[in-house]
Amino acid sequence: MEKRVIFKGWWLPLLLVSPQLIISAVFFFYPSGEAIWNSLFLPDPFGLKSEFVGIDNFTFLFGDPYYRASFITTAIFSISVSVLSMGLGLYFAVLADRLIKGAGVYQTLLIWPYAVAPAVAGVLWMFMFNGRIGLVSWYLGLLGYDWNHALHSGEAMSLVIVASTWSRVSYNFIFFLAGLQAIPKSIIEAAAIDGAKFWKRFRTIVFPLLSPISFFLLVVNIVYAFFETFGVIHTITSGGPEQATTTLVYKVYADGFVGQDLGSSAAQSVILLICVGLLTVFQFKYIERKVHY
Amino acid sequence: MQSIKKTFLSIVIFLLISSTSAYAKTQIQWWHAFGGRLGELLDEQVKKFNASQNDYEVVHTRKGNYSETLNAGIAAFRAKQQPHVLMVFEVGTATMMAAKGAIKPVYEVMAESGVKFNPDAYIPPVKGYYTTTDGKMLSLPYNASTPVLWINKDLMKKAGLNPNMSLKTWGEVGKALDAAKSAGISCGITTAWQSWIHLENFSAYHNVPFASKANGFSGLDTELTFNSPLHTQHLGLLGKWAQEGKFYYAGRRNEGGANFRSGECMFFTESSAGYAGIKKEAKFDFGIRHLPYYEGTKAPQNTIIGGASLWVMTGHSAEEYKGVAALINFLSRTDIQSQWAQDTGYLPITTAAFKATGSFYRKNPGTDTAGKQMLANAPTENSKGLRLGSFDQIRGIIDEELEAIWTGKKNAQNAMNSAVARGNQLLRRFERANK
Repeated sequence: MEKRVIFKGWWLPLLLVSPQLIISAVFFFYPSGEAIWNSLFLPDPFGLKSEFVGIDNFTFLFGDPYYRASFITTAIFSISVSVLSMGLGLYFAVLADRLIKGAGVYQTLLIWPYAVAPAVAGVLWMFMFNGRIGLVSWYLGLLGYDWNHALHSGEAMSLVIVASTWSRVSYNFIFFLAGLQAIPKSIIEAAAIDGAKFWKRFRTIVFPLLSPISFFLLVVNIVYAFFETFGVIHTITSGGPEQATTTLVYKVYADGFVGQDLGSSAAQSVILLICVGLLTVFQFKYIERKVHY
Repeated sequence: MQSIKKTFLSIVIFLLISSTSAYAKTQIQWWHAFGGRLGELLDEQVKKFNASQNDYEVVHTRKGNYSETLNAGIAAFRAKQQPHVLMVFEVGTATMMAAKGAIKPVYEVMAESGVKFNPDAYIPPVKGYYTTTDGKMLSLPYNASTPVLWINKDLMKKAGLNPNMSLKTWGEVGKALDAAKSAGISCGITTAWQSWIHLENFSAYHNVPFASKANGFSGLDTELTFNSPLHTQHLGLLGKWAQEGKFYYAGRRNEGGANFRSGECMFFTESSAGYAGIKKEAKFDFGIRHLPYYEGTKAPQNTIIGGASLWVMTGHSAEEYKGVAALINFLSRTDIQSQWAQDTGYLPITTAAFKATGSFYRKNPGTDTAGKQMLANAPTENSKGLRLGSFDQIRGIIDEELEAIWTGKKNAQNAMNSAVARGNQLLRRFERANK
């Protein structure tokens, strides 16, 4: 039988949930409402005048082939970053979990990149791959490969993916490691005694037991790839070449703060809000079913 | 205990004195985008101004790069916390001009303050960028530069070329690049600020319009026109050079500077203000030439400027505007301008300061190239400057389409047709928001 505590009256429960409600209202509902309202207007940058344009901002956006293309760019970028950073995080966590000597040193070193801010990480990778004069591109040049991510969209995309992944692996590593250490040794040992090899144990016992953490990380990583990679993209490619690395978030920034087109920028935030909302609902509805708690 | 009381008392007295003296002076807020060496030089100017009189005190604050400074100014205006003086790069000129309730034109500030002001003292192409068609100065030019051709003489010798050869036309540059290619030089030419140099200045220099309505000076209903045969001929040639490995594209801003300064590239089209960096880092013999042009055209007309100007914002008292007028007057002084030009490589903004810098130019050959090139002819409708809304973003579009030419994905004509069409859409949005 489930235990339920029933409060008498309204005041106490309201008081108890109010901190969360206030935070949601101030940091989510108010700004989102403001964005939705602004997306219906075409203001001048200084806010001196503003014209109501209805859904014109939206029709303008969807009429722009570059905006439509940035959905695909965002999908490629987010999926690559999430899969790579989670895959590598899990791989390193499994290795570090099996270590007997010096585990602490390895773990600390693997967590280190997380302390580097995205913008700084971006600058770091930009220097290494700076066309012809960066350290890595210089050696690539000796091998006969002329690396130039300012010009070649494939190279630009892979570089921002690698840089974003690099700064994210640590985060996933910590969670996977914690997840692995929470799995009772007795289960693994029992399976080993029954003759299950490492891979079999991993596939049938460890991975299913890690699924709540994997699911949590999937949601968090997608959100990371959508929003927090801005610094990396801004410092390495500024969305170029052409618009090969312009993700939806980067375009919100570019149109709002470079173009001073706040109407279009607001409309894009609304679209982004809907996208992330749908994505999260989708994840909870379809993927969460496969999660064992 | 007694001593603590004494200390406390003295602190209070000190605060009282310092605050009253601060009240005696009218504070002028100046927001700008200069860090590093330029920031230090700006700070020197402000200190000099504050020491030169007792009525006003200028307080300067750096707000990030050009775009960030403009954004800070806009956000501050919306919050009614705007500074008196805001530095805005030339690209943001149309945005500021259109914001009629947010800016106070410089000619008005000067007229009201009663400070003597002669707009004709300023160098025409510099002034022209920030002046209405009927000659009223809206913002004070502060730092102005123009693009030139930088050459690496050592690499030219390596290519078997005479470092003093004529490089007046793009045809001659092409021949030099052929020689460089056969001598195994990996980068014949690179550029900074491709749209500014190879489209905006290219148009002014060849006296062809970049946009209709006198490049936007005479109306918001302007349309881009840089897909003409002459424009696409030039971009097509650069695209061909990129395919042949003679032109190395390093990025949208001044990334190419590193490739030139490290001695990899033979030629480099970049702002004259690149002087300080090149002089400091280049371990080779370098030279400065005029920007090349095409024969049989209206070139060489004059080139236009890049850089920033100072805008005065509304919402302050008459007394404070007097202080702003004094600052404008101070910054336009011949000695201040001449010193600024020698320290930074920017152009002096007044004709008198330009003359006063003569001995520096004689001592450092080539440093006068930019000035000469800009003053070559009286500016025409096509070479006065550009006044286009959303221009930072339009430059982004141009960058994208140019990148498509350099990789060979699009030919010059298709790319520029597309840039014009996309840019015009933004101009229409800007027109609608600011009509």
